[in-house]
Amino acid sequence: MSNASSAPSHATILPNGWEMVIGLEVHVELDTKTKLFSASPNHFGDEPNTNIDPVTLGLPGALPVINRRAVELAIRLGLALNCTVQASTFHRKNYFYQDLAKAYQITQYDQPINIDGYMMLPGDVRIGIERAHLEEDTGKSTHFGGTSGRIHGSDYSLVDFNRAGVPLVEIVSRPDIRNADQARQYVSELRSILLAVGASDAKMEEGSMRCDVNVSVRKADEPFGTRCEIKNVNSIRAVGKAIDYEARRQVDVLESGGTIRQETRHWDDAEGRTHTLRVKEDADDYRYFLEPDLVLLDPGAEWVESIRASLPMLPAARRARLSQLTGADKESEAVYVIVERGQDDYVQLVADAGGEPARALVYVQQAFSEAGANPVVPATDLAALTLLERDAKVTATQAKTILAEIVANGGGDAVAIAAAKGFEALDTSAVEAMVDAAIAAQPDAWAKYCAGEEKAMGALVGAIMKSSQGKADGKVVTALLQAKRAK
Amino acid sequence: MSSSSDAKTTPKITAQVVAKVAHLARLDLTEAELALMTTQLTGMLDHFGDIDKLDLSAVIPMAQPFPIKNVYREDVVVPGLDRQEVLDNAPVPQDGRFRVPPSNGSES
Repeated sequence: MSNASSAPSHATILPNGWEMVIGLEVHVELDTKTKLFSASPNHFGDEPNTNIDPVTLGLPGALPVINRRAVELAIRLGLALNCTVQASTFHRKNYFYQDLAKAYQITQYDQPINIDGYMMLPGDVRIGIERAHLEEDTGKSTHFGGTSGRIHGSDYSLVDFNRAGVPLVEIVSRPDIRNADQARQYVSELRSILLAVGASDAKMEEGSMRCDVNVSVRKADEPFGTRCEIKNVNSIRAVGKAIDYEARRQVDVLESGGTIRQETRHWDDAEGRTHTLRVKEDADDYRYFLEPDLVLLDPGAEWVESIRASLPMLPAARRARLSQLTGADKESEAVYVIVERGQDDYVQLVADAGGEPARALVYVQQAFSEAGANPVVPATDLAALTLLERDAKVTATQAKTILAEIVANGGGDAVAIAAAKGFEALDTSAVEAMVDAAIAAQPDAWAKYCAGEEKAMGALVGAIMKSSQGKADGKVVTALLQAKRAK
Repeated sequence: MSSSSDAKTTPKITAQVVAKVAHLARLDLTEAELALMTTQLTGMLDHFGDIDKLDLSAVIPMAQPFPIKNVYREDVVVPGLDRQEVLDNAPVPQDGRFRVPPSNGSES
């Protein structure tokens, strides 16, 4: 999932002018110590029903009191998503699923805390954020009996209320997403933002970030079609697969003369398909009404602005900064990966130590995948190596060897290592002699290369590198061969 | 519900509407109860109809009747309930959890 944003595009093209319309509802658990409305721990993986209290269990007389930190984290996220933060209220969403003991979920309805934001995707694609509202998470039901542990056909369920009441923000995008690639980019970027602002640990595998995908299809420029909501999409990869499957399913139904029912569908990752979970209840069926046990939540401009001032630089801005420093494209894989690892500050340190930024970016991407945001290798050591390679004192291959040694030892003097290993880039006249020797030894390869067969160059380059024992610079060799052919 | 506050005409409550709401609330009403509830709900909505007839343009809409806002709790853990004590009061505890009949779905 690290670089979905820069993965090569393989957007599914639907047949006969059909177009996908996609909206995402992403639930994220906020990184608080306690629940949204009670003081039990918000902690994943504990023994069932050990983090419970009267509010969590909906015992008579229990009253919810909102967690200030949860509100602060929700606002941090809202601001990072360019939302307007407003005075907000809570509603009861009434239902009889067994995952909440109260028979309702406390959520935000017509006055959510964050509204009208947006996120930018690669290629200047703007995805609107309709709202990012606070609500409580549900408990966890495990279904037994029947077929394969699904709700339908099960004999009974066991409920663990540890998760019930954990603070969530639900981020609802506008239906601005047009293909699976964009959807994956959106989820990936949202995850980066969540981590950057410290709102959530955003672990899809532990369920602290969960995606529901709304998919419909239409002919270009026609009104939106009927949408289906897909649940159980538990990885960024699954987001793409579920969307492609569901869009094709809907097109097949419509092209064979059928109609799409508005329903909730379940993504089965093993089977690679969706199936009906339940026909969607109308919004009115949840009989939302104002939560009488909670008062108005009005954070006020002063608090909101102090939170805004405390926000860190966000991933998009960090990518732009790194791009400017190194000359690499801001949508390149290297830039995405380095910012996601949090190593862009380190690349800056190498540059500050006199290193060449572009080479530093490459070194860090190649050699520091396990190093975390703060590699132990002193930035000055890496800076020295970039200069050694830039000035052609060592070849790219030799630089790689030196880099590996520096990383293994947590630092080291590049010049000293190069000397110890007998590394030195051969001067051009020496390489030229080797090039002539290789051409003389392999006249067939040379003739093919001269005839325009580029692959034939490989045999020549390989022979030259071998005879130079790796001391010839591959780029110099290639340039010499090209120059000789051009004569 | 707040969504009906803009209506200038009071919606008619029928026995079918009451039956639907009763179903959503999993209430099993007799015909006599259905008739009684229909009459009572009609009376309540008529009352809101009376309010709607007043000139309320100078009244600021309010989400809550309470004159207070922003009641917060700090993010500090307080020990909750003992699992055994809670499960001793559950109809069917099993493996540290609540055993319940199969239901029609979940929110997550």
